[in-house]
Formats: sequence, C-alpha cells, structure tokens
Amino acid sequence: MTLTTTLTDLANPTKFLSLTARLLPWLIAATAILLLIGLYMSAAAPDDYQQGATVKIMFIHVPNAWLSMFVWGVMSIASLGTLVWRHPLADVAAKSAAPIGAAFTFLALVTGSLWGRPMWGTYWEWDARLTSVLILFLMYLGLMALWRAVEDPSRAARAAAILTLVGAINLPIIKFSVDWWNTLHQPASVFRMGGPTLDRAFLLPLLVMAVAFSLLFVTLHLAAMRNEILRRRVRSLQMMQAGQQAA
Amino acid sequence: MSLGPYATFIVTSYALVAAMVLFLIGWIVLDYRRQQQRLRELEASGVVRRSGRSATETR
Repeated sequence: MTLTTTLTDLANPTKFLSLTARLLPWLIAATAILLLIGLYMSAAAPDDYQQGATVKIMFIHVPNAWLSMFVWGVMSIASLGTLVWRHPLADVAAKSAAPIGAAFTFLALVTGSLWGRPMWGTYWEWDARLTSVLILFLMYLGLMALWRAVEDPSRAARAAAILTLVGAINLPIIKFSVDWWNTLHQPASVFRMGGPTLDRAFLLPLLVMAVAFSLLFVTLHLAAMRNEILRRRVRSLQMMQAGQQAA
Repeated sequence: MSLGPYATFIVTSYALVAAMVLFLIGWIVLDYRRQQQRLRELEASGVVRRSGRSATETR
C-alpha cells in the first residue's frame, strides 16, 4: 500500500476512528511500559560529577523540550495538508496537537527553570534559547485562542495553518540559538555534529524517556483527534437539528 | 537513593510533569465521554447522520 493510498484512506474520519480504536490500547500499553522503564533507568542513573543529582531533571526536561518543537513540526506538516492538499483530517490533527504541544512547552520551561536555579543561580534569564522557547509557548496559546475565536471551522483552519507555518520560523531559531548567540543555556549535547557528548550512563535513560514521551504524544494526539472528529459530528448534527426545526 | 541538597527542585520537577500528564489524560478522557454523551442525546432526539450510521460508532 502506498503512502498516498494510506493518506487517502485516512481522509475518511470513520476509517480513522476505526484505526484509532484498534491502535490506542497497544499505544497506551507501550507508553506505560516504556515510561516505567525510563523512570527506573532515570532513578538508577548515577549523579553527575558537577551537577550531582540535579542531572535527573534532564531526563524529563530534554524530552519535553524536544517535543515542544516536534509537535509544532507536526502541526506545520498538518497545516500544509490543510492549505495545499485540503486533507479533511489535517486541521483536526493540527488543532488537537496544539494543547498537547503547549503542555510540553510549559513543562520544558518550568523544569528548565527548576534545573537552572541550583545550576545557574537563577530561575530565568532572558537569553536566546529561553526567550525563543517562551515565544513558542505564547504562539501555542495564540493558536488555541484563534481556533476558539473564529466560529467558522474552515476559516479558522486556514488562518491557523498560515499562523502555524509562519511560526515554524521559530524552530530553527530555538535549535541554533545556542550556537548563534552567547547563551547561558548549554549547547546541544545529543543531536550534534560529531555525536553525543553525554556519557552512556545518562544518554540511555534520556533516549528511553524521549521515546516514551514521544509515544505519549502519539497516544494523546490520536485520542484528542478522535475527540475532535466527534465534536465536529456533534456540530453537524446540531446544524441538521436546527435546519429541521426551522423547516 | 539520595537526591542531595537540591532534592526539592528534582521532586518538584517530576511531580509537575506527572501532574500535567495526568491532567492531559483526564481532560482527553472527559472530553471523549462528553462528546459521546452529546451524540447520544442528539440521536435520541431523532437527528441521524446522512449515512444513517450511528454517530457514536468509532469502530
């Protein structure tokens, strides 16, 4: 089956709901198992010779920070689906991902702040990395407000898609802010030229937690998309009811 | 396992993440139940989809 055929099949919300119903139990189980393994590995990881036990905050801060950008990336692809291919589920995917992405971004900011206080001596610094992530969080909130403010779903979808694609400019700024500017935030230590600089004792739990949080996102996103499809069914049935009552 | 002098920062971080994840799960589960309930009420009032299939059908 080609990717095009798969995407065309999934354009049918009923088929998508059927697929989601089959996938969700497996995803929930896989997420729970991987989270438990990740948490165990994080607890068992040794203290860092400089940071001590505060290095354990990294195992939750970094996955949330990665996902804050990844979710906006998913929303950007979905926005292309809305504007270019007019895929019926593209807007559903983008709209459902936004609150989850906002939650991950909020957690990245707060856990980063709680890590920064003992390590840097401050909860917050207006450096390029922290500020650009704060802007990402505000953009998530702005998008959610836009979807709520515009009553016509198709108009809201187009406006949100344009805003999402414009906002995607922030992603490389976040990623490379630590290279382009002199920041308090440390440079990349996992995805970098020359390979990770992290010791295996920290890298393995971090990667397991990153996969666990990614699975958590996929699970929550599929469930939220299912809710959004049902919400649209409610809306269309309410409009039919109003039409019947008017006639 | 000793978390050293900064245990409060570490425990608060993990507790916040756990609380937010539980909040997201709860919000999505409650939203699902709310939408299913609204669809059942609409069907009970006689409104049906053009396809004639049940609106609450997800399989």
